[in-house]
Amino acid sequence: MSAGLTGDGLHVLGPVDQIPVGEGRAYGVAGEQIAVFRLRDGSLRAVSAVCPHQGGPIADGTIDRAVVMCPLHQHAFELETGCSTSGAGSLRSYHVFADGEQNIVLQLL
Amino acid sequence: MTALASRSARSTPGDTRRRLVVIGNGMAGARAVEEILARGGAVQHRITMFGDEPYGNYNRIMLSHVLSGEEDTGNIFLNSLAWYRENDITLHSGVRVERIDRFAKLVFSDDGRATPYDVLIIATGSRSHLPPMDGMYTPGGRLLPGIFAFRTIDDTTGMVSYAQQDHHHRAVVIGGGLLGLEAARGLQSHGIDVEVVHSGGHLMNAQMGPDGGAVLRRSVEALGIRVRTGSRTTAILGGGKVRGVQLRNEPDIECDMVVVAAGIRPNVEVAVTSGLPVERAIVVDDHMRVPDEDEIYAVGECVQHRGEVYGLVAPLWEQAAVLADHVTGADPSSVYLGSRTATKLKVAGVDVASMGLQAPERDTDEHVVFSEPSRGVFKSIVIRDSKIVGATLLGDSRKVAYLTQAFDRGLPLPEERVSLLFDLGGPGEEAGVAELDGDAQVCNCNGVSKQAIADTVKGGCTTLSGVMDATRAGKGCGSCKLLVRQVVEWAADGAVEEDPAAAYYVPGVPLEKVALMTAIREQGLRSVSAVFAALAPDGAEDAKSKMGLASLLKMMWAGEYIDERDARFVNDRVHANIQRDGTFSVVPQMKGGVTSPEQLRRIADVADKYNIPMVKLTGGQRIDLLGVPKEDLPKVWADLDMPSGYAYGKSFRTVKTCVGQDFCRFGTGDSTKLGIEIESRFQGIESPAKLKLAVSGCPRNCAESLVKDVGVVAVDGGRWEIYVGGAAGAHIRQGDLLATVDDPETVKLLAGRFMQYYRERANWLERTYSFVPRVGIEHLRAVIVDDAEGIAARLDEAMQRSVDSYADPWAERNDPLTHGQFRTSLPLEVLPKVPVR
Repeated sequence: MSAGLTGDGLHVLGPVDQIPVGEGRAYGVAGEQIAVFRLRDGSLRAVSAVCPHQGGPIADGTIDRAVVMCPLHQHAFELETGCSTSGAGSLRSYHVFADGEQNIVLQLL
Repeated sequence: MTALASRSARSTPGDTRRRLVVIGNGMAGARAVEEILARGGAVQHRITMFGDEPYGNYNRIMLSHVLSGEEDTGNIFLNSLAWYRENDITLHSGVRVERIDRFAKLVFSDDGRATPYDVLIIATGSRSHLPPMDGMYTPGGRLLPGIFAFRTIDDTTGMVSYAQQDHHHRAVVIGGGLLGLEAARGLQSHGIDVEVVHSGGHLMNAQMGPDGGAVLRRSVEALGIRVRTGSRTTAILGGGKVRGVQLRNEPDIECDMVVVAAGIRPNVEVAVTSGLPVERAIVVDDHMRVPDEDEIYAVGECVQHRGEVYGLVAPLWEQAAVLADHVTGADPSSVYLGSRTATKLKVAGVDVASMGLQAPERDTDEHVVFSEPSRGVFKSIVIRDSKIVGATLLGDSRKVAYLTQAFDRGLPLPEERVSLLFDLGGPGEEAGVAELDGDAQVCNCNGVSKQAIADTVKGGCTTLSGVMDATRAGKGCGSCKLLVRQVVEWAADGAVEEDPAAAYYVPGVPLEKVALMTAIREQGLRSVSAVFAALAPDGAEDAKSKMGLASLLKMMWAGEYIDERDARFVNDRVHANIQRDGTFSVVPQMKGGVTSPEQLRRIADVADKYNIPMVKLTGGQRIDLLGVPKEDLPKVWADLDMPSGYAYGKSFRTVKTCVGQDFCRFGTGDSTKLGIEIESRFQGIESPAKLKLAVSGCPRNCAESLVKDVGVVAVDGGRWEIYVGGAAGAHIRQGDLLATVDDPETVKLLAGRFMQYYRERANWLERTYSFVPRVGIEHLRAVIVDDAEGIAARLDEAMQRSVDSYADPWAERNDPLTHGQFRTSLPLEVLPKVPVR
């Protein structure tokens, strides 16, 4: 997915509804692979898309309100901080939100 | 008046703490104080301890190592004198308490002191029992030189120095129990020739039956220790020192020293003199309090609780904790309800473990025994109502961890009792847990070592699930879970905490499966999010619970299930199996392993068109197209134009078959036809774990039916055998014969009924090879074949509803269900590249 660039490192990734509720999708943003999740409460979270354990696709993971679990070996990471709760390395977390037009806006600084 | 003077003299002005006095400075007294300090008791109490041995407190269990010279006395102390100082404890060592005045609340000791108390703990322990024998005492009333008890540091060092005198060569140990055998072995290491004289009919008769005793005797004699059983010592011979012993109806034995290890007796004199209730020992209630005495507690070997007197360490630890809860007020509801005792020791170099009953007591008790005297191995297990009520193991303690746990908690036992005694196959379990090297790999999937698990436990994580989460041990194929549990127990030294969540169907909803299903049905919960909202703490979603709940709801509601895609694992979202590089593998349905030239041609064309890196036959007789990128899945399925083979889900997968009677010259039944019919009927059925089936046309079993979740074998006479609970994966198990039936229709009916029962009763991810032995094949036969519970019709109907709701998931290829369902999640360039052959 390409991303429109605005000021302050903000990237618009397109409409929120391209991510089904409770799932994640991967985006390439300024050369980085980022997984964006849409929680069941409607809020968004973004972390790096590659599992530090063995390179698993984080966007294919299962989530709840707090963590995402990598589909390959079930390592879990906090969606807010990217910290692993199962002893793996951590993911990077990113600031992400929906703007007035319900577009995903990711801040990359 | 001395008392009052002494009281005022000892009081520190301004110290308003209660005065806590402990009589006894052994393992029980010191442990009780440690537990009290751990509960912040030092703030409430000023502690004074009396011990009649002139030392700090030490580990009595280690005395046999001191005797054998393996350990120095300095190394067996539990708490040094500095510990007493640091914790502001006044220790009167070498001082014996003679009387308690319960009314004035004073204890009187043999140094003339009267010490006041507000709370009193009696921990006087026990002493060696010296049965009356002629010639034991000198005219002055002292033990004849050369006679020893084996109880204290002084006893032990006395024995060592006596044994080391040049002119002492022979010893008789009176008593062939634990302590006697330890003493005999220890004396041997000083070059002493030892003979054990035991009044019982066999060695260690308190811990084991005659057969085990006979095997132990062989092992002990092989060490060069002579043994006499059924022999009673009537007198000690000698004038100024020991010259020999006299036996009843047997010749005298010449010797230079005698060790009396004929049991122990509780030290209750202080309690008796002071008017406290004493039967076999000092009576206490469930709070470890002496009845009718609000401020007097007792703990350890000097105590009788609910009629039992214990001579082991583990009960003492439990008692001390309860006592401390009450003395400090930390937990007024805490109670001690008695201990189930199990001993595991090396006695004279032989592994000995014993728990509960030695032998069957009732006609219905099962007794499983294995004896191999030439190797010194003896194993005996007593089973009542499918629970272990007693066990004796000699010479081989590999199964002790599991047996102790099964005994303590009444765990369900495997159908094949012999597996209680031996590890049948099972990688990694050949060696006992304690003997494993630290770097031995316990979990072979995730490469977790014994040391890593032990370190995690030492770090404070003492639940099995906690350790599994922290280390990932047991989180791969799961076949090592029992071993992981054993290592955790070993590392925690028995202090494993039960995780209540272990019984939950899924971790995020605190209900067992039956209760969960009842709640779901009663509240009409048809989606995973509805279950979380209604039944999870704070309504919180839990990622680890989603897949299990989705499977359960689909099974319960069939067509009425509300499907939420985020509750599925990625495999079930895209209907293919995710591989290590993030691509997927695609397996078309190939019922009963039968294909056609058209199908093969189409598969070959698709493989060419999409550059499939590998085409492979699976163990279930199908063709696997590996390495398909997610975004290509719909096109691959469309070009294949075949239904899904369900090679990804926790569901019914395949029916493997042999060619059967049409072609094979041995075939007695049409296995191919029946296999295809079974696969057609049950395709796509969700279940707690994957289901792999097989049908063989004759007992040669070319389709390997005996190691399948459900396996069918045609036998001569047109009949069919149905086996359930087999496995040939992470575990290897031969299935149990469920029924032998006359026709293929009955095979399909009973197989379906079994699968439905398994779907309703099994734990999430519990394969049939665990489920079948857990519930028992007799029970399954009763329910499924004989309809003993009257639920057969309901099971059949529920299965039929699931069969009717089948839809090929690959039909989603033309109309993705969610936005970006097949969009790549791959940052392909950084993934491990799978080699292309």
